[in-house]
Amino acid sequence: MPDNGVNTSRRRFLTGAATVIGGVGAGFVAVPFLSSFQPSARAQAAGAPVEVDVSKLAPGQMVTVEWRGKPVYVVHRTPAMLESLPGQDGHLRDPQSKESIQPEDARNEARAVKPEYLIVVGICTHLGCAPTYRPDVAPADLGAEWKGGFFCPCHGSRFDMAGRVYKSVPAPTNLEVPPYTYLSDTVVLIGAEEGAAS
Amino acid sequence: MIAKLYRWVDDRLPVSHFWNAHLAQYYVPKNFNLWYFFGSLALLVFAVQILSGIWLTMNYKPSATEAFASVEYIMRDVEWGWLIRYMHSTGASMFFVVVYLHMLRGMMYGSYKNPRELVWIFGMLIYLVLMAEAFMGYLLPWGQMSYWGAQVIISLFGSIPFIGEELALWIRGDYVVSDVTLNRFFALHVIALPLVLIFLVGGHIMALHEVGSNNPEGVDIKKHKDAEGRPLDGVPFHPYYTVKDLFGVGVFLFVFALILFYLPEMGGYFLEKPNFEPANPMKTPEHIAPVWYFTPFYAILRAVPDKFLGVVAMGGAIFVLFLLPWLDRNPVRSIRYRSTAFKALLAMFVVSFVVLGWLGTQPATGLLTLLAQFFTLLYFGYFAALWYVSGREKTKPVPERITR
Repeated sequence: MPDNGVNTSRRRFLTGAATVIGGVGAGFVAVPFLSSFQPSARAQAAGAPVEVDVSKLAPGQMVTVEWRGKPVYVVHRTPAMLESLPGQDGHLRDPQSKESIQPEDARNEARAVKPEYLIVVGICTHLGCAPTYRPDVAPADLGAEWKGGFFCPCHGSRFDMAGRVYKSVPAPTNLEVPPYTYLSDTVVLIGAEEGAAS
Repeated sequence: MIAKLYRWVDDRLPVSHFWNAHLAQYYVPKNFNLWYFFGSLALLVFAVQILSGIWLTMNYKPSATEAFASVEYIMRDVEWGWLIRYMHSTGASMFFVVVYLHMLRGMMYGSYKNPRELVWIFGMLIYLVLMAEAFMGYLLPWGQMSYWGAQVIISLFGSIPFIGEELALWIRGDYVVSDVTLNRFFALHVIALPLVLIFLVGGHIMALHEVGSNNPEGVDIKKHKDAEGRPLDGVPFHPYYTVKDLFGVGVFLFVFALILFYLPEMGGYFLEKPNFEPANPMKTPEHIAPVWYFTPFYAILRAVPDKFLGVVAMGGAIFVLFLLPWLDRNPVRSIRYRSTAFKALLAMFVVSFVVLGWLGTQPATGLLTLLAQFFTLLYFGYFAALWYVSGREKTKPVPERITR
């Protein structure tokens, strides 16, 4: 086909330029649609700390409180449970809690500010199920080695009485310890950083 | 009068053209067997799902506080509501039954091979979107299994390095599965994904009709044509296969009605028992398992004792199917003319898929985890061995024409 004096390279350039500009515009329009999937201001604001009175817990008992829509486990550990914690390091994936999430004052063997009271987010670090509290030692279904702890029914992850994850289970890290602070000897404020309690 | 109206419309819209191109003058191999029912049945179930789905939205409330009660309301108080809901829930499971058989047909008769690679790719995309559609639909009744299933599946995305946590948050729109998640899954389930499915099904059928159907012999019917260019071993889709497929529809609806009226929960496999309890974000059910059609992949996920690698294995188990047209290097299509090695491999694949499906419904304890690991290896082994075997396979001669 004769080009009749048509400048094809200029046409190609103009088509290309219009496509690029149009593409950039479409990209900008996509931003609000994609961003609207982010947590809304209301969802972000709904994170108020919760107070728990731990004096009501009998030794060995666990309660679940809700914080930011997540279950938080509060366990009153017995001396026997605390004694089960040392000497497990060889079986644990992260015994020193180096890779795990916890406030600085709970980065210790008991993973707690006060060793008697364990406070962890009850969401398995694997795929987010709520692990079951299994304080019973050596039950039939968990084996003779079981020293008490948390067992995730979904994919079989195991944690010790400090929420520390055992080796060769799917969960990669220890259960998360939320930030918390003692308002008095027996009242804990969960979800508030030290000093930021208000 | 009617004929005149038809002429008037046909002059302005390609009605007769479409009818001839896709039905009355669309030639299909004459030797289709039982396995060829499942394509049209998938289309039928899709229609059932859309119809029953639209009616369900008329009474369903997509909110965390009302969803569970509104489903119970449909079941108890809405006139014939129970029937419409059981149609939808039975339809979901039957969709996967039909699609799995349809896919197995393709694997047996090599329907994914040149020139039908794109038909297979479209089919796999349909399967992928169908899984997303089923997953999002399962959250809507807001029972225990809905909630914790969604929690686990969304957390899968959280295991992707670097962007994972942000991505999971973006999908949920909240720090946990919540009202926000339910509301958006409703929107995607009833509008976005069905639209995508319709387009993909259109692409699947258009790609198929461009190259024509394969058949149990794996013979190319376009090689031998009569003087008018019609394949000698073909018959027009209408009336031959419309009538045959209608018979299939009759048998299928018989089975469908049997389940619908007598076994709508299918012993906890179609509707899981924990889902009759409202969602409780504080407590995971003792034993959670996805609905049966996801369990093979769930078993693969659990078989790998590493969070990210488990997700990679599960994704890989689906993705590797996309590559099938290129992993199978043997040009012979039908299993009828392939080696014993291929038949054994395909049988191994089917067995491992079924066993993994069963393992996915069971708790992850010692021996069962070992079994899951073994059958995961067999599942992937099929694709590796297929590549090797198909490159050096001794096949029987494929006939020129369809003779049986």
